[in-house]
Amino acid sequence: MPVLTFTSLIFVGSFAAGVLGALTGLGGGVVLIPLLTLGFHVDLRFAIGASLISVIATSSGAAAAYVREGYSNVRIGMFLEVATTVGAVFGAYLATRVPTRALAIVFGAVLLYSAWLSRGRSGSQTAVAENPWSDRLGMSGSYPDGCGGQATYKASRIRAGFATMFGAGTLSGLLGIGSGAVKVLAMDTIMRIPFKVSTTTSNFMIGVTATASAGIYLARGYIDAGLAFPVMLGVLAGSLAGAKLLTHCRVSLLRTIFAWVIVALGIEMIVNGWLGKV
Amino acid sequence: MTTSSNGAPTQNTPTHDLRAEQDARMEQVMGRLLQVGVLLAASVVLAGGVLYLRAHTGERVSYRVFTARPIQVRHPAALVHGVATGDAVALIDLGILLLVATPVCRVIFAIVAFALERDRLYVAISVAVLAVLLFGLLRSH
Repeated sequence: MPVLTFTSLIFVGSFAAGVLGALTGLGGGVVLIPLLTLGFHVDLRFAIGASLISVIATSSGAAAAYVREGYSNVRIGMFLEVATTVGAVFGAYLATRVPTRALAIVFGAVLLYSAWLSRGRSGSQTAVAENPWSDRLGMSGSYPDGCGGQATYKASRIRAGFATMFGAGTLSGLLGIGSGAVKVLAMDTIMRIPFKVSTTTSNFMIGVTATASAGIYLARGYIDAGLAFPVMLGVLAGSLAGAKLLTHCRVSLLRTIFAWVIVALGIEMIVNGWLGKV
Repeated sequence: MTTSSNGAPTQNTPTHDLRAEQDARMEQVMGRLLQVGVLLAASVVLAGGVLYLRAHTGERVSYRVFTARPIQVRHPAALVHGVATGDAVALIDLGILLLVATPVCRVIFAIVAFALERDRLYVAISVAVLAVLLFGLLRSH
């Protein structure tokens, strides 16, 4: 394909991936990597490298908007980043040793799991015992409750949350995605941190997590300038546009459609990985 | 006022409010820092991208086969030389390095901010995160 055509198509595709990622909260990477590998026949390693760069850009670009809303918690984020960054370095080392076929299958499984998580959360939250470490680590906070007041919260089950964050970091480093879905799972479902605080703090953490594995990707030559530049700019522009759209429209139908698209992509990645076509 | 399991007050004390206020301010600056870093990196990448397209018009491109293209994080001098000679790929690579440097700056800023709050525990936690980041960036060759 001629360079100009290829770059333009990649930019448009990345823009769309960024919009969808922002609207659904799953991030651009989950759509981008299947698009590049299945749609444009890009080698999985180049796709992962370009995606990782776009993940850093998106996370950092969206941070300012989230900070204004006053939801994210810098202490919880920083503490859990210890786990995600160590996981990310570990995952990136794994990525250079695992055959791409296996990576494709793992990626497909993560897609299916993300689709499952994006169905929406079950509202019932049973009470758990208070964790003394929550006070020692200062992992409590407050956020705007939407009625003009402040709601307070406290993190519980810190050890389980920390361990899950290591897993989230490993997936991020292994597959070049933000793995925001797993980070939100760790904070919201395990540590019982309010959903709004979980999603915004997760966004803050994604950039630092991805940066931990970026060095290994750079050194191993996974990041190609000609591919990375339209991907990075496309996903960044798309996610900013998506975040604007998010405040203007109802997205429940879109979310449902998107979940099924993710399921289809996940199955295709697994089948291609199994047949060795990736 | 809520109490923790050992009965100590944890909410609405003056120190708590002050800390929350300081944290909120820290997050504001962090958000701004990240935004500026990304804008700068994206501008450099965009400039490099335009140069790249002009230099390679008419050529055909395929990423079907993987050939490693390492970027030397530890030897930025070569990169700067490439940028000075108008090499599009070097300019894009420089933008990517600026992007990668942005979250690192965020963590360094957090260390300073926690130190100003005299929060030793969180200075230590932030230093640990920085150490992992630098290990990943510099020791991976």
